[in-house]
Amino acid sequence: MAASTPIHDPGAAPGRPGSAPHPMPARGTGTPERPTPRTSVQPPGAGRACAAILRRDLTLAWRRRADIAMPVLYAVLVTILFPFALGPEDTLLQRIAGGVVLVTVLLAMLLTLDAMFSSDIEDGSLEQLVLSPQPLALLMGMKILAHWLTSALPLIVIAPLLAAMLHLPGTVIPVLLLALLLATPLLSLLGAILVALTAGTRRSGMLLALMLLPLCMPAVIFAAGAVAAAQQGLPWLAPISWLAAILVLAVALAPPACAGALRIALDA
Amino acid sequence: MTDENATVPLLEARAVTFLRHDEAVFAPQSFQLHAGDLTWIEGDNGSGKTTLLRVLAGLLHLGAGELRWRGEPLQRDDCDGDILFIGHQLGLKADLSPRENLRVAAGLHGCRSGVDAAQALAGVGLRGYEDEPVRRLSAGQRKRAALARLILLPAALWLLDEPYANLDRSGAALVDRVLEAHAAEGGAALVTSHGAPGLGSGAWRRIRLDA
Repeated sequence: MAASTPIHDPGAAPGRPGSAPHPMPARGTGTPERPTPRTSVQPPGAGRACAAILRRDLTLAWRRRADIAMPVLYAVLVTILFPFALGPEDTLLQRIAGGVVLVTVLLAMLLTLDAMFSSDIEDGSLEQLVLSPQPLALLMGMKILAHWLTSALPLIVIAPLLAAMLHLPGTVIPVLLLALLLATPLLSLLGAILVALTAGTRRSGMLLALMLLPLCMPAVIFAAGAVAAAQQGLPWLAPISWLAAILVLAVALAPPACAGALRIALDA
Repeated sequence: MTDENATVPLLEARAVTFLRHDEAVFAPQSFQLHAGDLTWIEGDNGSGKTTLLRVLAGLLHLGAGELRWRGEPLQRDDCDGDILFIGHQLGLKADLSPRENLRVAAGLHGCRSGVDAAQALAGVGLRGYEDEPVRRLSAGQRKRAALARLILLPAALWLLDEPYANLDRSGAALVDRVLEAHAAEGGAALVTSHGAPGLGSGAWRRIRLDA
């Protein structure tokens, strides 16, 4: 690091008037000798920092296990409502099963997004992250990953159950899971940007939903398209590939955007 | 070599201020912070003490003026790990223990050689509370848990916003002791406080802020 070597203006140092060891006139009793400045220490590697953040967020989620269970219960209850509202007709439920599961998972995730950064902003942890000698985008990526692991993964695990409740054929379930595995991280990433943007505002939950849902439409269209194609025995690889392509783009772009938005949110 | 080293201030502020709605929050401040300097930022409530610290930490953008770090224009990437900021919000997760909180900080900043989390926590008087969730600690103990970062992390410049708040007399003495040890080792610190800090030593300088 360049800061560890002394850098000084060649013209300024010898040209100082008098023998005063420092130019601050306001200083009281003089200290004749200064200690050598501390040299900067190489911060730990980004890998260690990422592991520390991921571990922190997963530990925090584990200490609040009830919060993980809540969106799962919500998704189950919403799915149960459909047969009651539409009648227990096999053919009708089968036809809408894929879409219902997708939308339910999406809405359940929406409930959890709001909390992604709010506690970190309240207790000052976010300031410490911003000021740490690590790339903020990478740290944000880890926070998003932790969010996905604690909120989306449990929903994906119960998705086969939800699908079975709506009589989705067993052969289609792998495609549904694949679509969810690609669509939910996309939601976490897009959601993180919007949460970061609305970080400073009060009652941002509804605003967040209004901004995020339009952005989710491509993900829903491709995911539902893949499931529908699989149900009709058609090739479903194309919509899945589209979903994967959008996800790759989001993985690359969302963390830096999120970091930038949070820096702006703090700078007020 | 050491001589030249000592003449370059760690941090130099030239007419630094922060603008809120195009109005300066505090009068332009110019000062130099050398290795071994402890500076007390004094001012009434609302005079901009916290704002000045947040500007220096890089959380708020510089309204006007210039900041130099070790003689060069301050760029966040060069000095992130060298500056440690502890604000009103302590940056502790309430569901984690002081030890776990410190471990996260050490994972981001690294540790001073020869110091570990247990020693840092013992140093701030939290022996026996290492594994208690921060949520269950008193306000003073939380403050101490946050101040343990000072002992553990390798930063050269400390920006401390009201480090004496919520602390008992022994806690305040502890902060003085830690600050003086830091100064003796070649560190520097800017401290905001209502009361005069470090009454025992003459090493303190003061900056007065007026709204």
